[in-house]
Parts: sequence; C-alpha cells; structure tokens
Amino acid sequence: MPQERAVKRSGCAKQRGFSTAPFLAGVASFLTLGAAWGLLWWSNLFDRGLLPAPWEVLKVLIEQMTEKGLWLDILLSTRRVVVGVVCGLAIALPVGFLLGWYKSVRAFIDPVINFYRALPPIALIPLVIVYFGIGEPARISVLIYAAFFSSVIVIYEGIKMIPPIYIRVSKALGASDFEIFKKIVVPAALPHVLTAFRVSTGVCWTTLVAAELVAAERGLGAVIVNGQNFFQVPVIFVGIIMIGTVAVLMDQVLRYATAHLLTWQESM
Amino acid sequence: METQRQAARERVIFNNVSKTYHGDHGSVKVVEDVSFKLAEGEFVSLIGPSGCGKTTMLQMLAGFVTQDTGQITLDGGPIKGPGSDRGVIFQEYGVFPWLTVEKNIDFGLSLRCNKHLDSKRKELVAHYLKLMHLNGFEKAYPKHLSGGMRQRLALARAYAVNPNILLMDEPFGALDAQTRLALQLQLMEVLTEERKTVLLITHSVEEAIFLSNRILIISARPSKILRVVDVPFPYPRTPELTATPEFQRLRLELEEVSMQQYAKQQELAAETQ
Repeated sequence: MPQERAVKRSGCAKQRGFSTAPFLAGVASFLTLGAAWGLLWWSNLFDRGLLPAPWEVLKVLIEQMTEKGLWLDILLSTRRVVVGVVCGLAIALPVGFLLGWYKSVRAFIDPVINFYRALPPIALIPLVIVYFGIGEPARISVLIYAAFFSSVIVIYEGIKMIPPIYIRVSKALGASDFEIFKKIVVPAALPHVLTAFRVSTGVCWTTLVAAELVAAERGLGAVIVNGQNFFQVPVIFVGIIMIGTVAVLMDQVLRYATAHLLTWQESM
Repeated sequence: METQRQAARERVIFNNVSKTYHGDHGSVKVVEDVSFKLAEGEFVSLIGPSGCGKTTMLQMLAGFVTQDTGQITLDGGPIKGPGSDRGVIFQEYGVFPWLTVEKNIDFGLSLRCNKHLDSKRKELVAHYLKLMHLNGFEKAYPKHLSGGMRQRLALARAYAVNPNILLMDEPFGALDAQTRLALQLQLMEVLTEERKTVLLITHSVEEAIFLSNRILIISARPSKILRVVDVPFPYPRTPELTATPEFQRLRLELEEVSMQQYAKQQELAAETQ
C-alpha cells in the first residue's frame, strides 16, 4: 500500500551469529580483572602464600593439565552436568506441560513443587549419600533433581503464558487438539524451554561442585578439595577458574543455540 | 435492495439468542433476545459500546462460545464449535511470530481438515501473498512487519482456507487512521474479487457506513438490537463518498444513537465497580 509506512527489511539474517565487538569487550574485561589481580599481588597487601600471582596459577594450571589430568576432571564434571540437565529436562518437559495446560493439575501439584523447589538441592546430598553411597548415582541423582525443579517452573510458566489468541486462531482455521499442540504449543514454548535449559545448567554447576566437595575422587570440586587438603592455594585457584570458565562456555553455547533457534523473536 | 437481499440465500440466522456469563461477582447478562440474519455475500456491521456483548455474538457464531437460549443456524444447521468455513480476524492479528509470512498464510492449509486444498497449496499461498500486497516479504518474520501488514497477513491466512464467512472483531482498531483507511479500501477491493459474507464489529460509525450493506446498532449491556440501518450507497465505494452530505448526515445520525448507548454503558460499568 502506498499510504502505509515502509518497513525496514534489513538485518533479517545478519544479527545472529558470532560478532567480534562483544567478544573483544569480554576478553578486555577478563584482562582487566587479571591486571587488577596482578596489581593486588604486587601491592603485597595480602600474604603472597594466600594470594598467588596470576602467572603462578597459570603455571600450575598447565602443570595440572599435562601431569595431573585436569582435563579428566573437567570432562567428568561437564559430563555429570550434561547428564543431569538432559535427564532433568526430559522429566520436566511433560510435567511442565501438564502443569501449564491443565489448571486442575496445577492446583494439585503446584504446592508440592514449590516445596521442593524452595529446598536447595545441596540439602539433599547427605540423604542421597545414605541412599546411594558416594558413587556416581548419588551425584547424578542430585543433579537430575536440581535440573528438574529449576526448569519445571520455567517451562510451565511458559506454557501458561502462550497467548490464547494463537489457540483461537488455529481453532478457527480448523486445527485439531494434536495439531494445536504440535504447531502452536511446541514452538511458542520453545523460548521458555531454552531458558529452562540455561537456568538448570547454572543450577547444576552450583550443585555439582557442592556434591563433589563432599564426595568425589575426581571432578573440579575434588580438585579444589585436594588443593585445600594439601594447602596448595594455586590449585584451589585453578579449580575455581576452571569451574567458572566451563560454566561460562556452556552458557555461551546455549546462548548461541538460542539465538539461532529463535531468530523470529521480537527482542533478538 | 430489500427484495434483492431476501432473494439471496440466508447463511446465518440468530433466533432469540441470549447469553449470560456467570463469574465470581455474580451473573451478567450480555446478550438478550437477539435475532438477525446474514444473507450470502452481505456485509453487516455491529456497532455498540465496548463491553456490550458484540464480541460474544461474534464468538458464538465463530463457535468459541455457546448461547444459553435461542438458536443460531449456519447454512441450515447448528454450530458445532469453530471451523474453517468461518474465518476469524482479531484486533490483535494473532499472526504466529515463529513462522515466516509465507508459512503463516500456509498454516491453515497445513492442517488435516483442509487437506482437500492440498493440490493447490502453493498456488493459494502465492495468490494471497499477492492479493494482500505482501509479496517480497515471503521469508520475513512478523517482527519485521508493520501493524497494517500484520493484519493483512492475518487476512491472507484466513482467506487461504477459503471460508465463506468472515468474522472480524475490530480488525482495524489498533491501527493509525491512515493505515486504517488503506486497509478498509483494500478489504473492499479483495471482497469485490472474492465475495464473502462478512460480520464486522467496529467502534467507528464511519467505518461501518463505509463498508457495510447493513448496520446493526447494539444497545448497552445486555446486547439488544436497537436499530437496523440499511446503507444506501452502491459499491464500489471510494473515499470521496465519506465527504458527501448524505454520508455525513447518516454518520451524525448514527453517532448520536451510538453515543447515547456509550453513555449508558459507562453508567453500567460505574455501577459494577
């Protein structure tokens, strides 16, 4: 229509994907942090036995990687988180859908969910150790628990918030219940499912480290405990830095995936 | 005009239809004893204050709401829920943001109940893309479209499954005056090409006169038909029509009636608060 405002079509495809400016800003911010740390070390305000220099930690990091098998700890911890998140989400998806879609189910189950959600997963670790011992099943079950309860709320709130107009429009066009589920509910809930993925990944990292601090022979939590036991402060630093790094990297991967899957979203 | 309409086939009959909503704060009668008919190819508008129950009337015909008493007949039979024989256009467009323009138009055609159109699917999408002036935007997502374009997309999507009745609930209410006029003209153009029976809800007396064969003025709650007005202007209508004294006289007359009902509805709303 001639009278109508023209609409910009630019930037349809260009926005997503990797962009250099924010990446450089991120690198700069970490370099600044490193410099501040170096300065703090240099100022001698803290005992140098308690605050190692950045390069010292870097040296230990390389040493741990090449000689002590730090990569195995990283791999084990990451695998535990991934298994926990995937299993937790697999349960949370159908449950979240039932809760979001059926009011009666929500009224019945909501209070219980809220109780368990308010409970920090770490509080369950002693009980889980009593039940499963200190092996892999104990850690994984705590992680599944953590992933489930942190994501189920996000998913069901997401389902609940699907604008009713989409359902009405599709019904008016003749959609069956199954078609409404497949063609409306699933795509409309996808952004919330991806948010749930990110939230539960974050929660799982927190929980994992706590679980590994208590009981694990290997894993990044165990690295920290070992550092503490042998009073090797640089090793503790290495453990902390690696946990942060892996968690940030995983979040970045999820963000990237989200941006790709949700190009249609208004705010992207 | 009158005899012509009687000769045409009656598509929709409302016969003494009433509806009461039961909420937490008691019951509200929204529609009372409404009777009217829609003939094949007729364009009928409902004008009335907001909250008076016009939307309920449209939703009963769409199949989203069931009446308490009275009968609604669609092509001789009762209404059994929503169906693709009636296209519904909402003020909020309801275009699916996760689908491209093309896929939005194709949505209805992808459903099992519209399988009979399968062989023409591609042609239909291309046809309505063009008819609604959306070509060039096939692969764009709705976030890149203006309000007017989104509403045209909603129209294209509704048209694609070939409904013979269009139910429009304040379709242009959220648009600025210019876009609104553009869309009114375009709707008329499209209806000339592919005639449909239309029921339009609007606040704008001017819009109702400009588009309709017939206008039903609806009272404040509960909805009753206060007046039936036949619009005497022949189609095709152009924007110049709105400047004629006949048009303006009719507009002023109807606006006066509709303002009275608006005031009544305001009183009602104040009482219930």
